Amino acid sequence: MKVGELSPAEVRRALTGPGLRVATGAFNCRMQSEVGGIAPELARLYTHHELLDDAAFIDFHVKIGASRGLRRWVRPQALFTVDEVSPFTPLPQDQALPMMEWGLNWCISAYSHHLLVLHAASLSRNGRALILPAPPGSGKSTLCAALANRGWRLLSDELTLIDLRDGRLHALARPVNLKNQSIEVIRRFAPEAFLSTPVLDTTKGTVALMAPNAASVQASAEPVWPRWVALPRWRAGAATQLTPMPQGEAFLQLAENAMNYHILGEQGFAALGELVDRAQGFRFEYSDLDEAIALFDRLAEQEGA
Amino acid sequence: MSCLLLQIWLQPDACRQLDERSWDLLVRQARHANLLGRLYFVFEQQGLLEAVHPRARAHMQSAATMAARQHQAMLREARILRDTLAALGLPLILLKGTAYVAAGLPATQGRVFADVDILVPHERLGEVESQLILNGWLSATHDVYDQRYYRQWMHELPAMQHMQRGTALDVHHTILPPTSRLKPDAAKLIAAAIELPGQPGIRVLAPCDMVLHSATHLFHEGEADNLLRDLSDLDLLLRHFGAEAGFWAALVARAEEMDLAGPLRLALRYASLLLATPVPADVRDATGSAQPESLDAIYLRVLMPHHSSSTDRFARLARAALYVRGHWLRMPPHLLAYHLVHKALWPPSEPPRPLDAPPEPQP
Repeated sequence: MKVGELSPAEVRRALTGPGLRVATGAFNCRMQSEVGGIAPELARLYTHHELLDDAAFIDFHVKIGASRGLRRWVRPQALFTVDEVSPFTPLPQDQALPMMEWGLNWCISAYSHHLLVLHAASLSRNGRALILPAPPGSGKSTLCAALANRGWRLLSDELTLIDLRDGRLHALARPVNLKNQSIEVIRRFAPEAFLSTPVLDTTKGTVALMAPNAASVQASAEPVWPRWVALPRWRAGAATQLTPMPQGEAFLQLAENAMNYHILGEQGFAALGELVDRAQGFRFEYSDLDEAIALFDRLAEQEGA
Repeated sequence: MSCLLLQIWLQPDACRQLDERSWDLLVRQARHANLLGRLYFVFEQQGLLEAVHPRARAHMQSAATMAARQHQAMLREARILRDTLAALGLPLILLKGTAYVAAGLPATQGRVFADVDILVPHERLGEVESQLILNGWLSATHDVYDQRYYRQWMHELPAMQHMQRGTALDVHHTILPPTSRLKPDAAKLIAAAIELPGQPGIRVLAPCDMVLHSATHLFHEGEADNLLRDLSDLDLLLRHFGAEAGFWAALVARAEEMDLAGPLRLALRYASLLLATPVPADVRDATGSAQPESLDAIYLRVLMPHHSSSTDRFARLARAALYVRGHWLRMPPHLLAYHLVHKALWPPSEPPRPLDAPPEPQP
């Protein structure tokens, strides 16, 4: 059974009660929220996700708590907890929905050193994955959201998970974080995609979440081999340009964008080495999303032939 | 109060009967007790890793990896600190987790920690502090009250932190605050410390002293956060050293000599009660560790993982009692009253964080 098959009231009851248990690719999550107002949008963001029964192993038991006492009325706050521990300071309550996503990402980066975790978006086409590692502001999430709306399978927009045993990528297929101008860009580019109401004045600016499509969510349990690494950079008016990147440079770029490379030590070094052996590295500059997608489609087709 | 973590700890084989939900609970309890990484080694040693639920195994492996990374960093700090103290002609004496790791003891397994602990002679403390500051170690607290609290009444300097590497350092001059009711002689500990083979200039406490320090620390602690982890350290130390001839007799004698028979009695009691640590019958009799204690009501609660699944409605009260007990043992009543009033009026602002967690993200 999927989240989308529940009535709005059922979602809200689960969320404010025992929790909404969903499979999100490599991890099972139980989401609770005392801020019931996030239920309708959360339900739409996770509409294609499979519900788990009560007996399932849950990786992350997360909860958004609502403020009590005076704070209930005066500038109410939301507090994220994972299994009774709150790893960070509260945020204004209107940020409760993005906070759930940030919190889940925090859980993954804190508790997943059995994987190499990169700060990168990843998508796949015909069973081969494209990794987009990038610092904030490079247009990574926009490109990721655009590709995910044009036939590419979304693995993850923020955290790329690499299996240390075989080097394959695990999917998350969770909502995509869009910021500032990207929100409007994606709205126009893919009017059919569901975007949550933008939340203003977060530390990242204005943010909205985009729901992953059904195909990406349905395939989220299947790992994929990495094939391309492209370091994206959006520049106004730039021509679409894909420039091969030497292996050594690709290695350093990936290491720089890894969340736990320093924790994994030798294992991390070996995993990144294998990754740059398997995947071709590129620098990618663009300003037009349609051209960008056409280029990556061609890359994927050449591979298929 | 049933605690799945303790059941499995005592009988790892029983994990074969666990359903998914129980595996889930086991991981959560172990994480709350900071024992998740060590649990990985428990299963590994019993050849049970294959029987562990894959999701649970991933969490344990993650925690064990984090611990291994911390160990590597701590060993590096130890080598740097050795060179820093060598300039003063002092050997580096490591305490607690750092000592277990440097000495390669079984208590290393999956041990997570927040800081490096070292012991220096009281009369050299000023010199040591200056030398450390010159090498980039700065006091982590700027609170005037805290500074005075540590310097006047405590057995250690206010926590220091390296300005580049961020490592936290506790510099001890003895193992209990000078204001404590018990008065162990730190000079004797320092005199008996042993140099580690192959690591010139790095010393750890002698086996009996290491156990006594671990026991003393555990049963003077006012914060309940890592008590089960610390008890597990004791269990591993006792199992390891207990196999050596003459250890137990020496331990009992040393405890008397150092005024630490009380902490040893409690350590042996709760380690054997909760973790089935083998204690010879004559040692049990000599220390009285088998006798029920009025403290059982507190310790049998606070030693449980701090998770709603393994605590009862008296747990909060027990933790409060532990806090008061910890301070009661460390200071005479007038100081205690003064300190508690101060802490009540100006509570510490930083909430406690999990030891194995990365820093707060910039969302």
